[in-house]
Amino acid sequence: MGPILTVNDLKTSFLTGAGTVQAVRGVSFTVDQGEILGIVGESGSGKSVTSMSILRLLPDTARIHPDSSVLFQGQELSKLSLKELREIRGQKIAMIFQDPMSSLNPLIPVGRQVEEMMRIHHKDLSRAQLRQRALELFQAVRIPEPEKRFYSYPHQFSGGMRQRVMIAMALSNRPDLLIADEPTTALDVTIQDQILKQLRALQREWGTSIIFITHDLGVVAELCSRVLVMYGGLIMEEAAIDELFDRPSHPYTLGLLSSIPALNQDKGTRLSSIPGSPPDMTRPPQGCPFAPRCPYARQICAKELPPYAAVGEGHRSMCWLLQPDAPGENNPFRKEAAV
Amino acid sequence: MSGRILEVTGLTQHFKAGRHAVVHAVDGVSFSIRRGETLGLVGESGCGKSSCARSIIRMYDPTDGKIVLDGEDITHMSQKELQPRRRKMQMIFQDPYASLNARMTVRDIIAEPLLAHHVVKTKQEANDYVYPMLERVGLTAEHAGRYAHEFSGGQRQRVGIARALILQPDLVICDEPISALDVSIQAQVVNLLRDYQQERGLAYLFIAHDLSMVRYVSDVVGVMYLGRLVELCAAEEIYKAPLHPYTKGLLSSIPVADPKLARQKESSGIEGDLPSPVDPPPGCRFHTRCPYAKDVCAQQVPPLREVSPGHHAACHLCG
Repeated sequence: MGPILTVNDLKTSFLTGAGTVQAVRGVSFTVDQGEILGIVGESGSGKSVTSMSILRLLPDTARIHPDSSVLFQGQELSKLSLKELREIRGQKIAMIFQDPMSSLNPLIPVGRQVEEMMRIHHKDLSRAQLRQRALELFQAVRIPEPEKRFYSYPHQFSGGMRQRVMIAMALSNRPDLLIADEPTTALDVTIQDQILKQLRALQREWGTSIIFITHDLGVVAELCSRVLVMYGGLIMEEAAIDELFDRPSHPYTLGLLSSIPALNQDKGTRLSSIPGSPPDMTRPPQGCPFAPRCPYARQICAKELPPYAAVGEGHRSMCWLLQPDAPGENNPFRKEAAV
Repeated sequence: MSGRILEVTGLTQHFKAGRHAVVHAVDGVSFSIRRGETLGLVGESGCGKSSCARSIIRMYDPTDGKIVLDGEDITHMSQKELQPRRRKMQMIFQDPYASLNARMTVRDIIAEPLLAHHVVKTKQEANDYVYPMLERVGLTAEHAGRYAHEFSGGQRQRVGIARALILQPDLVICDEPISALDVSIQAQVVNLLRDYQQERGLAYLFIAHDLSMVRYVSDVVGVMYLGRLVELCAAEEIYKAPLHPYTKGLLSSIPVADPKLARQKESSGIEGDLPSPVDPPPGCRFHTRCPYAKDVCAQQVPPLREVSPGHHAACHLCG
């Protein structure tokens, strides 16, 4: 099965008082049928803007570069009118967000909101059919006592339950692609665990493709089959999940992995941290965006953006250290050469 | 001088919520912190860990129980009596965006505790303390004249830390100091706190919902659930041999940053949601979600008892 979504050279910027923020600076990737693709990055890395650009859910100040291409099931989304795009939003591609409270209408019972989502795209369904389907969705996302909770308002739900309502809504039209933007970040770990199980089950049963955006490498390890690591508006590394953890091939990925204390980490050892802070995207660095914080940076890193190097099958990394002419000295990816 | 900087006994903090409703935020929590040590307090949102911290620094008046700071009972002291004692106990807050005055320069923010406690008389004198401290937390002298909004989250948290440390307190209460920060920045802040502790021998009460980070920074870990302390033991022990079913569930819910381990992990987790603290379940408060619950769990409150040396748990079924 081929890719369901192909994003090619996506560039999105925002016009602000402080200048043009170059949030996404040329991102290309694919999402395969039925896979869960993780996008990892810290705040300001461009991971959310990438996902929002797919459905053009952006404020008026945003500009997507005219040469950017978003191909979904053979259809070029960037060329569609807003009216045509609305047919795709919520039906073929659905989204869930970090904060379910601000995504739900506080004045309408949650069950009605799920019904509305289906009514918009399926005008032929009767009221009874809508209700029946909404109840089934509530059951599918394991909202206890669905009949009783159907007429509850969002404020009567806990954060985890609200997120389940959001998932029910997103799934109501059986989308082919679900974009989940940090859906568990605001939740407690026990509730996060429940929601992740839920998403995994739905992906298995329904074959929905999922783009899962998070800052948490632990969540990625549990859920995703492939990962993009973003920094400074670019994909720094892309790899299958096991590859990424077995053979991290970008200094930023190395830094991220060693910043997390393992549950069995010895207390005596110091956490290695990445010094400095992320770049200002109104003036992104000329070369590699990670160069100012990179312990292995050389002169060329600050001057020129490195090309992608193929590390393995489906595994690429944007780093000068992986180029054939890179020196073996102070190079974590040339262990043999250093000896 | 006792070896303990803080002793909390039977701390209870209730809040009125409407005419008849009472929120049982903290119910009979007891623990102590030795000088130079870190006690980590973990639990989900609503478990009472932050309320506990706020009662200890007497932001609230405790409903019941006893708080002893450096050998002195501060439970019922007036704010005036407390004022000089506050030098010993400072706090770092979760949200570095909300906890710094937007209209004060960083220099003034860090100098304020010195002036409030009459350590120095003028701002000029304060500079002798402020500049070394700025450097100590990884900022530079040129940051001193700037305002909080000019900084990133991690830098703001460094300012909050500098403000808490400037009086050289014996105890710093860190209420989720890293939750709002990016992963790469979290490690910077945790390392800063640890290094300073090794230099000065101060104690931390470290509150967080992230068990892996808490285990890493703490000597002793306490797990709270719905206002009660359910387990208390050495940090290593809590990972190697957790006793309370809630702690076990909490540990198994943490995503493991290792795809192979993640696949092997028996994913038990914890079902359901946290019950309301307005009307907490009788007996063991965890019994409604506990996979091992027996009849006795719904009837009797399990006391926190020493199950094995140094390892305390509040469960009818363990030990």
